[in-house]
Amino acid sequence: MSITVLVSLFIFLILIFAVGIWSSRTLSQKQSTFLQEYFLGSRELGGFILAMTMVATYGSASSFLGGPGAAYTQGLGWVLLAMSQVATGYFVLLILGKKFAIMARQYNAITLIDFLKKRYNSKPVVLFSAFSIIIFLFSAMTAQWVGGAWLIESLTGLPYTTALFIFAVAVLIYVIIGGFRAVVITDSIQGVVMFIGTLIILIGTIIAGGGITNIMNDLITENPNLVTPFGHDGGLTPAYVSSFWILVGVGVVALPQVAVRAMSYRNAKAMHRSLIIGTIVVGFIMLGMHLIGVFARPILPGIEVADQVMPLITMEVLPPWLAGIVLAAPLAAIMSTVDSLLLLVSSAVVKDVYLNYIKPDATMKRVRKISFGVTAILGVLVFGLALSPPDLLIWLNLFAFGGLEAAFIWPLIFGLYWSKGNKWGALASMVMGVSAYIFIHNFWPNPFGMHSVVLPIVLSFAAFIAAT
Amino acid sequence: MVFGDLILKKVLKKMSKENDRNNKDDRFRIANREALIGVGLVIFNFIWWYGFAYGLGSKPVEEYSYVLGLPSWFFYSCVLGFIIDVALVIFIVKFFLVEVSFEETDRGEDE
Repeated sequence: MSITVLVSLFIFLILIFAVGIWSSRTLSQKQSTFLQEYFLGSRELGGFILAMTMVATYGSASSFLGGPGAAYTQGLGWVLLAMSQVATGYFVLLILGKKFAIMARQYNAITLIDFLKKRYNSKPVVLFSAFSIIIFLFSAMTAQWVGGAWLIESLTGLPYTTALFIFAVAVLIYVIIGGFRAVVITDSIQGVVMFIGTLIILIGTIIAGGGITNIMNDLITENPNLVTPFGHDGGLTPAYVSSFWILVGVGVVALPQVAVRAMSYRNAKAMHRSLIIGTIVVGFIMLGMHLIGVFARPILPGIEVADQVMPLITMEVLPPWLAGIVLAAPLAAIMSTVDSLLLLVSSAVVKDVYLNYIKPDATMKRVRKISFGVTAILGVLVFGLALSPPDLLIWLNLFAFGGLEAAFIWPLIFGLYWSKGNKWGALASMVMGVSAYIFIHNFWPNPFGMHSVVLPIVLSFAAFIAAT
Repeated sequence: MVFGDLILKKVLKKMSKENDRNNKDDRFRIANREALIGVGLVIFNFIWWYGFAYGLGSKPVEEYSYVLGLPSWFFYSCVLGFIIDVALVIFIVKFFLVEVSFEETDRGEDE
């Protein structure tokens, strides 16, 4: 790895620190609304920043490393699957949309759990939600850290532990001093890096492959299945691919890290702009990133570790200095995901459990201290787990998305649009969703050829209606 | 006469109450409509995506036609589908979405 890459990586990290410090200054000027500001950025996000932070949040490591790797293996069928995510660009904001923004303001809600608490007035609902968030997101976060450290390791040649340490220090300092506003502003920078990076690598790859027609012919020569919608061995059935519309498309509405952004924007105008920008950026990044994975195959045949496709193709098709800048993008994606997850888990601990049930009359100063403390402790815990990553965590990362969706989708949707829905329905639906998901995931994977998340969502829907 | 008057009064009162509530819920009516637009859009999106991908892609590879170098199923489903999506979102935002205030204080009412 050349020194150029290290330099651009370094510049990128400095940039992140600068934003964190700048935004923490804004924070110290508004001490009275510390909770609103730290966890929500005072509901001040404009359209562009809202779109970018949403893109960066769900376009995490999976789309930058795992996604193109899978496309490399599976061919165009995997790009088709990935395009189900384009819907998130508009669906989240249209569905949660204005109603969520208005109700969250009425309730003075700062987190998704706040909203559920005020809507359903039920202690079990709150505790079960906080529990789900802490468990599922904690695992997802650890897996992201492993991914981040692995990327630094492969870029710099440093040992894994050192790479993990660099990654952790950068993320922690920056989240602790900055809070939500810092995270969303760097998300925007990262979103732009991802967007431009995708464009540059895609063009470079097409040129290196001698044009699209040439690449397609090479793929057909190697294995005709690569250009069909069915995957390299015909294993991607329409039912399975379609069910990803639930997992990474419409179900994303219920992810707490996405929902919290849908209550943080300034006004309707910001939301409208974000709808357009978000759809364009998500769609372009998904299409481009995954196509790069497919196109890389004839250029760099025989890559065994799929996650390495992206870094390798970048270094293959671009001059080193440009490769260095562009490779900052996947690192950016992982970092911003980690940042927002960390913030979310600490908000679940501090706000939803501590302030609600342990010490409701805590002073502002104390809440501040505890917020910083919990965030730091969580970071250290994740670091410890990431030192020797068990396979379980990688599995839990994928598991986390489905679990959160099964838990929150109906309490959130019915909470907004069905005034008769009550706490019994919410609780039944959450318990049903989570337990059915865990059960199906373990004992009956992919029922009826669909992803494991589909059936629990149907069951939790029924449970909500029945119990209400 | 008196009796009828009473009923009329009651009905009027009820109507104005209903009216009040509707006014208050005006923003929610808009929000509900926009959520339905979102559902409609995602269904259209899915049908387009599914139809072209499996409609054109299920043929044997030798019979594929190509657009801009890409297999036609992929081009229509993923590339054109994405462009149409963006166009629809822009169209909907410009002509169907309504700007409303999110702040309770602007309306001077408490929920």
